[in-house]
Amino acid sequence: MSQVKTKLMQGNEACAAGALAAGVCFFAGYPITPSTEIAEQMALHLPRVGGKFIQMEDEIGAMAAVIGASIAGAKALTATSGPGFSLKQENLGYAALTEIPCVVVDVQRLGPSTGNPTAPSQGDVMQARWGTHGDHPIVAFSPSSVKEAFELTVKAVNVSEKYRTPVVLLLDEIVGHMRENVSLPDKVEVVERMKPANRENYLPYKLDQEVTPLIPFGEGEYYHITGLFHDESGFPNLVPELVTKKMDRLMAKINNHKDDLIITDEYALEDAEVVVFTYGASSRSARRAVKEARAQGLRVGMLRTATIWPFPEEKVKAVAEQAKAIVVPEMNMGQLIYEVERVAKGEADVVGVNRYNGEIITPEEILQKVKGLMNGATN
Amino acid sequence: MLQINVENLRMQKLPHIWCPGCGNGIALSALTRAIDKLGYDHDEVAIVSGIGCSSRSPGYLNFNTLHTTHGRAIAFATGLKIFKPKMKVFIVTGDGDCTAIGGNHFIHAARRNIDLNVILFNNNIYGMTGGQASPMTPFGRTATTAPYGTVERNFDIMELAKAAGATFCGRATAAHPRLIESLIVKAAQNKGFSVVEAMLPCPIGFGRRNKLGGPVEMMKYLEENSVRVQKAQKMSEEELKGKFVIGEFYNKPAPEYIEEYDKIIAKLKK
Ligand SMILES: Cc1ncc(C[n+]2csc(CCOP(=O)(O)OP(=O)(O)O)c2C)c(N)n1
Ligand code: SF4
Repeated sequence: MSQVKTKLMQGNEACAAGALAAGVCFFAGYPITPSTEIAEQMALHLPRVGGKFIQMEDEIGAMAAVIGASIAGAKALTATSGPGFSLKQENLGYAALTEIPCVVVDVQRLGPSTGNPTAPSQGDVMQARWGTHGDHPIVAFSPSSVKEAFELTVKAVNVSEKYRTPVVLLLDEIVGHMRENVSLPDKVEVVERMKPANRENYLPYKLDQEVTPLIPFGEGEYYHITGLFHDESGFPNLVPELVTKKMDRLMAKINNHKDDLIITDEYALEDAEVVVFTYGASSRSARRAVKEARAQGLRVGMLRTATIWPFPEEKVKAVAEQAKAIVVPEMNMGQLIYEVERVAKGEADVVGVNRYNGEIITPEEILQKVKGLMNGATN
Repeated sequence: MLQINVENLRMQKLPHIWCPGCGNGIALSALTRAIDKLGYDHDEVAIVSGIGCSSRSPGYLNFNTLHTTHGRAIAFATGLKIFKPKMKVFIVTGDGDCTAIGGNHFIHAARRNIDLNVILFNNNIYGMTGGQASPMTPFGRTATTAPYGTVERNFDIMELAKAAGATFCGRATAAHPRLIESLIVKAAQNKGFSVVEAMLPCPIGFGRRNKLGGPVEMMKYLEENSVRVQKAQKMSEEELKGKFVIGEFYNKPAPEYIEEYDKIIAKLKK
């Protein structure tokens, strides 16, 4: 992969650059701190490449427009933050059920409500999973650096097309606004929307296929799309057996591909007695804390996940079997920690380090917690 | 006798879900006839709806059809049309769908003058949920949520559309199916945001509760109380009380959103 020259860039800018690199050609949004730069970048660059940008009247409309454009064949993305993410939920569920590819970027800020618009948070990880009503599959990624904001935006677009699913990209105010030197590739691997091998008797929702190719409107096969439960043709059908089949297929198309979706990395994990499980901006402090602990001769390691949903169960399970304790730093009152506890099943102590006041979690705080656990463990 | 071209219907999806005497079918068939008159290919037509009895129409129509979420049809259609301007987009929406929950999208699409055609199925009530008041329930009429008569004033959608920036608007009733059809044709021919309001009987959700009689009486009521725009202009406010003014209200071109945006793209290419 060839590299362009190194550039000082903001996370939100990198996200927009990633979207463009992945072939996003439609953006609809509504301004909200700390995500607005993404919309501004898209407004600037999309028309230059023949793409379309629209500032909608609210986030509900933006989410709807993105789905509408995707149905017409666009790779489509929207970006928002907390309050706007709440407004997008109904139509996010529509995209999940109707299997329309799209990407929703949520640059997390401190909530609830207007909270603190300029302060970071990781308070939306559960909303990303369960924000829309009803069971549904979802994929969510969370970068911890500017470079990764670029890479995961590309990945998010690719995954949404490959699996015909909405994908959530959880940035936070730190990653979104932080500037770092990055060298971005001038070419990335791009997944194009699948085309059906055989157009005869096109069914947009085949039951015996995990993902059926989606033929955009206006390209020869006119059919029906609805947010009601539907049969293979897309027409409403509420027969319970069909609903079960549809739901099972929806979940399977994500759950059968965890290898493709779950991205994690490890640091000093081999012999670790205490493991810091981390994601997003908090993992920057976590890495420093682990480094410091190792320098002090403590057997501490780190497991970082870039994929929030589906949750990296296998990795966390392995860590729980190996370690005495797992520390979970989060800029919220403890959200993903519930998943860690669920998977650890008591094999390891699971302890949170939490900030929910708009301040970042410092390496010292994590180190202190780790040390306390190490002492406890040796006593 | 008004004919309907069966090629425009998904015959295998019939019978429809509507009550006997419902006016939705009248507007739906006017829409299919208008599309025939316009000579559009099935594949270049997209019909987008929200949620409600009326919004179930697209399922029966043999085109690209999109049944979205309550109130959001115009916003879905906005994305679709912007990305694929060759599509001829018709939005089928109820009075609640369009003017309550979807009111914001409606006025902003009008303001942009984006080339979309809204066919507003106005039955003065929330039909699907069983007869609650809508922003187009006339003052004083009853509904399940206004058992003593609504004290809210109703929208005049022609005035609202025009004020918000729509470049074509017209109104007809179920008793004037040919007028609905011709207004839809003109709406589609207008390069910009067009609104056609079709006043339709909902005998179950609205008529019964308001003692307007059955479907036949409701149709008669619509017919007898309709006044053409031209005639209405010569009538006093007093004379127009309780009347429905029908016909073409407004038709004045203005810069269209997508064409304007495309000019920017073209300029940047140079
Ligand atoms: C977000 C949301 N709120 C409420 C509803 C419930 N609901 C379904 S249809 C409807 C009203 C429909 O009335 P109208 O748009 O006038 O259409 P009609 O049924 O009369 O044709 C409502 C409130 C819903 N589906 N979604
Ligand atoms: S409730 Fe009213 S609008 Fe709905 S199908 Fe029945 S008559 Fe038609």
